[in-house]
Amino acid sequence: MTTTTDAAAAATPAAGEAGEPVLSVRDMRVWYGTERGPVRAVDGVSFDVRPGETLGLVGESGCGKSTLGRGVLGLTPPGSAVDGEVLLRGTNLVEQSPKQLQKLRGPELGLIFQEPMTRLNPLMKISEQFEETLRTHEKGLSKQEIRERSLEALRGMGIPPSRYESYPHEFSGGMRQRIMIALALVLRPAFVVADEPTTALDVLVEAQIIKILADLRKNFDTALVLITHNLGIVAEACDRVAVMYAGHIVEQGDSREVFANPQHPYTKELLRSTISLSTTGLHYIPGSPPDLGNPPEGCRFHPRCPVAMRGCATAEPPEVQLRSGVRSTCWHQAIEVDPSLADELGTDGREPLAAVKEISVADEA
Amino acid sequence: MSKQSGSLRRYVLTRIALAVPMVFILLVLVFVMMRVAPGDPIAASQGGKLSAAELAARRHAAGFDRPLYLQFWEYLKSVGTLNFGTTFSDNLSVRDVIIQRGGATLSLSLGALIVATIIGVPVGLLAGRFRDRGIDVAGRLFAIITYAAPAFVLGLLAQLAFGPNGLNVLPSSGQASLLVGLDVPTTTHILILDAAIAGDWSAVGDIAQHLVLPSVTLGLIIVGVFIRMIRVNVIQSLQGDYVEAARARGIKETSVVTRHAFRNALVPVVTVLGLQVAMLLGGSVLTEKTFNWPGIGQALITYINARDYAAVQGIVTVFALVVVVISMLIDFVNALIDPRVRY
Repeated sequence: MTTTTDAAAAATPAAGEAGEPVLSVRDMRVWYGTERGPVRAVDGVSFDVRPGETLGLVGESGCGKSTLGRGVLGLTPPGSAVDGEVLLRGTNLVEQSPKQLQKLRGPELGLIFQEPMTRLNPLMKISEQFEETLRTHEKGLSKQEIRERSLEALRGMGIPPSRYESYPHEFSGGMRQRIMIALALVLRPAFVVADEPTTALDVLVEAQIIKILADLRKNFDTALVLITHNLGIVAEACDRVAVMYAGHIVEQGDSREVFANPQHPYTKELLRSTISLSTTGLHYIPGSPPDLGNPPEGCRFHPRCPVAMRGCATAEPPEVQLRSGVRSTCWHQAIEVDPSLADELGTDGREPLAAVKEISVADEA
Repeated sequence: MSKQSGSLRRYVLTRIALAVPMVFILLVLVFVMMRVAPGDPIAASQGGKLSAAELAARRHAAGFDRPLYLQFWEYLKSVGTLNFGTTFSDNLSVRDVIIQRGGATLSLSLGALIVATIIGVPVGLLAGRFRDRGIDVAGRLFAIITYAAPAFVLGLLAQLAFGPNGLNVLPSSGQASLLVGLDVPTTTHILILDAAIAGDWSAVGDIAQHLVLPSVTLGLIIVGVFIRMIRVNVIQSLQGDYVEAARARGIKETSVVTRHAFRNALVPVVTVLGLQVAMLLGGSVLTEKTFNWPGIGQALITYINARDYAAVQGIVTVFALVVVVISMLIDFVNALIDPRVRY
């Protein structure tokens, strides 16, 4: 790993590596220091994103999706720590200084936020916010060049040039989100995290934004991580999907394959919980995601898992790759792939956990 | 741009129109307050000194025997013409008293505002930026102590420390040394400005030295509010969504802090600054007394002691009008800085 490569050198892509991942994350961990001790919001996550590829990141609130996205850009709040490898074309971002990360954010790494109403500085005209961004990263641009580049980015988002000198409060939420996106993309970053970019918007604007993001990878080969609650968006807009639960990626693979044939019990439950026209009753997963300051032993999903085995409560499941290419982190698939792994579950480890749980609940009562 | 300046003009006009009823209510309050005390102003100030017939004649001359609504009308007229009548105790034109003494109070208030801004803004910004570190703890302590200490305590301490009885580095009484003050020709009634206009730079230096202790004392009274207000705003805007978004675009940390966090943090401060002017006027009364400053506040104390209603009514009215005008100006400044206010 060329982790010592300086940031500027890494910024120039070598020819003929279109299939190589833009971003490779290996065993990434993010801790938040709290009064109760460290909270592992992201705990050993690995994934790749290739040029022009969109990876959907789904999971319940509080499972570490946003932390993961911010961790990649080095934007976790004070009092947190990032560990592991985040390789941007071979450069480990975790080892970069704040100054080097700042230089990469914008031209290499982009972040699109959820709340469009508050993400633009209310005191600065749209033009000033573009000028500031372009000037910071491309010194020596003339005023005319800055104007042209900004207007081009805005036009791509459907914002007319006549609005260039306006203030943020003069735009609607959907327009502000498109301006935000234009601002994040004006430098054409190779890798972009979009953190629930459509959650606060109505369905028509949502469709617009998704279309814009889809065009982006088509036109500029941008690698995109799309964080969302909306499984419909993932099915429609993402090549691959990663399902997160309690700081882990529990299942990842081709999004069609995962949706058609979910493997991990959490993915199955999540998909059962979506609402469509054919939904007759509401399904939900009982309980709530665990406290990440004190996560359950074994598989983190076992207290809510409908098919949990006794061994799931004590032994942490390994990630296995299935024949379809999908990778899952569940004992059921692990044993299927490699029956010898069953030994790790103990003698009666494959007995269903449910019966045991009922007794313990009765004891407590 | 034309659209924006148009909305700014509309904003200014609306704001002025709204000030009219506010001023009227203020005038009613001043008028009523002056008259809720039993007896009348003439009896209060001259009672026991003059015969009953003499008092009645004075009362009639001053119009205090007329119905209240007529008196109020007279009062309104006097405010409208900015001619507040004649003081009872020393037979001066109230208007002249205000003009002559107002200059001293103005220079003291401006001096205090400058002190409060020079100390308060940087300390507040740094305390917010480096939250819970040394500068923040020290700044907060300083703010709470200066805010809690009454003007005369700070003033007396400053006099003791730096005045003739202490280090003897700064004058602690009056607006200028005796002879200097008499030599300066009067044009604006603001002594330091008059001296500068006359080109007498040694007098300017002398007057500036006299300004230091009273300005610092009065400035310290309001600096606590500045520091705490700015600090909280900086902390809030540093956690703001647009600050995180600016970081995500790779804006340099110094620019993120100054252009995005500090600038937004200072907007509400302008409003507070306006409100502090009222506090400055109140504080100036005590500070002027402490430093024997020949300002309007000291005049007010003298006239209150003399129960000189005409003078007190005139001065209080002017104080009230000044506060109204300043708060209006502050709103205009706010509209200039923050585009959202104009809507």
